[in-house]
Amino acid sequence: MIPSDLLYMASHEWVRVTDQEALVGITDFAQCQLGDITFIELPSVGDAVAQGREMGSIESVKAASELNSPVSGTVIEVNAELDGAPEKINQDPYGAGWMIRVRLSEPPQGLLSPEEYKAIAECGDE
Amino acid sequence: MPYIPHTPDEQHRMLDVIGVAGMDDLFAEIPEALRPKSFNLPEGLGEHEVMRHLETLANKNNTRLVGFLGAGFYDHAIPAAVDFLTSRGEFATAYTPYQPEASQGSLQAIFEYQTAVCRLLDMEYANASVYDGGTALYEAMMMAVRHTKRRKIVVDECVNPIYRRMLDCYTSNLHLDMTVVAHREGGSDLKALSAAVDTDTAAIIVQNPNFFGVLEDFSGLFAHARSQGALNIISVYPLMQAILKTPGAMGADIATAEGQSLGLPLSFGGPYLGMMACTKALIRQMPGRIVGRTTDSQGRTGYVLTLQAREQHIRRQKATSNICSNQALCALRAITYLCLMGPQGLANTAMHCSELAHYAARRLLKLPGAKLLSQRPFANEFALVLPRPAYHVMDRLTRRGFLPGFPLGRYYPGLENVLLIACTEKNTREDIGILKELLGGAL
Repeated sequence: MIPSDLLYMASHEWVRVTDQEALVGITDFAQCQLGDITFIELPSVGDAVAQGREMGSIESVKAASELNSPVSGTVIEVNAELDGAPEKINQDPYGAGWMIRVRLSEPPQGLLSPEEYKAIAECGDE
Repeated sequence: MPYIPHTPDEQHRMLDVIGVAGMDDLFAEIPEALRPKSFNLPEGLGEHEVMRHLETLANKNNTRLVGFLGAGFYDHAIPAAVDFLTSRGEFATAYTPYQPEASQGSLQAIFEYQTAVCRLLDMEYANASVYDGGTALYEAMMMAVRHTKRRKIVVDECVNPIYRRMLDCYTSNLHLDMTVVAHREGGSDLKALSAAVDTDTAAIIVQNPNFFGVLEDFSGLFAHARSQGALNIISVYPLMQAILKTPGAMGADIATAEGQSLGLPLSFGGPYLGMMACTKALIRQMPGRIVGRTTDSQGRTGYVLTLQAREQHIRRQKATSNICSNQALCALRAITYLCLMGPQGLANTAMHCSELAHYAARRLLKLPGAKLLSQRPFANEFALVLPRPAYHVMDRLTRRGFLPGFPLGRYYPGLENVLLIACTEKNTREDIGILKELLGGAL
């Protein structure tokens, strides 16, 4: 499941860019690989994020990994729901599982198209 | 039998299998210049010769002194059952309990220890322990730095100077701003501590009873520090917590302790036990192991290591700590001791030690020129100002079989005449009477 209206990073984050804002989350493939997500650490409103730089971390029952920001700018909203219910990322990675909203300081460069991302990520029926 | 796991022939066969010519090839990564030329070890000895040699060395120690030496480490009585139970092979030789299915005993023991630590310190979560009390305090400070993303630390000079030296040493390359607030006659300067805390402060670090034995209630200071967004860290004497206001009741975010007073012998400085407990909000910053209780697929109770993403075997570079040796056997001694004493037994012991110290203070204050450094309340330890240097007194009394206390001059310039005197349930009123006579003769 790779929505065609998003851009992607090789480290499995997605971004929806509209005007000067971007919504960021992780892909269905990423949540599938991680397994049951137990904890997420995100930046706070007002924090600066930079494209390709670490913006937080995510833990599941079997692994922990860094989250990288696909865009540069300032965080203007954080999905507060995830703190108490990180499983939303497993259930709905492209919807209720969104992570942060960013006001862009510059347009993102070199993100992957849905087709390009599809080549590196296919969530098999494991 | 020789305790050598494999013969030269077996070594050669193993080297053949992995395709290297000799043992040295396994260390090829280490530059030649850095490899030891020799370990400078003498020839081996037989078991009996080794025992005799070690006994000769051990006999040089004077273990029959009557001691009033505390300063963070205390010679409390240890029930015989503690040694017996903790020397059982199942515990003494157990390895890290990474496989819960094979380690339920160790895991449950650690879980019970954590529960006891939480109850004793009145905190929400405890870890499986770290190296010692000083390490625990350093780790607490780093928890605060990570949590607040600030770099300023306010430290009370009444915190054990050995711990403060450890904090300095561990952080010498971390670019933290350490502000030490001077003590006032052996007590915490609460006003100055409050004034030192600002919105750049990651943590305030205090101790109760403080290094001089003085009791403090830090509730007000903690409330102020919290209003500035700083975390409150307190180092405590765990046995005394049975009768003192707890870290939790004061509003501490992290409580640490040297667990030696809970069933561990002094042992010339170790191994000891670093106790750590914190609030729920900080649990993911807690270093080291945490054991949790859960149920398996059949609904049976099981104990497991939990929240392991914090730990270095999962993400080494992101781990909350890379020096978090769990002192599992020492922790087992502590939980065994606590179970044998029970809450009332622990409180009785703490009270008894405290009463003895107050008796000692009353007796020693009758000496000409002796006075208390602080007029504030104390438990089982107090600082006595003498009319002459404490070292001098110490030397004279040690020769008479008495360790009168801890001379403060080495760590607190200006307090060369002050002796820190501690009592435990091992001391008697007779001991105190003799101490008074000997001290009087040495002044």
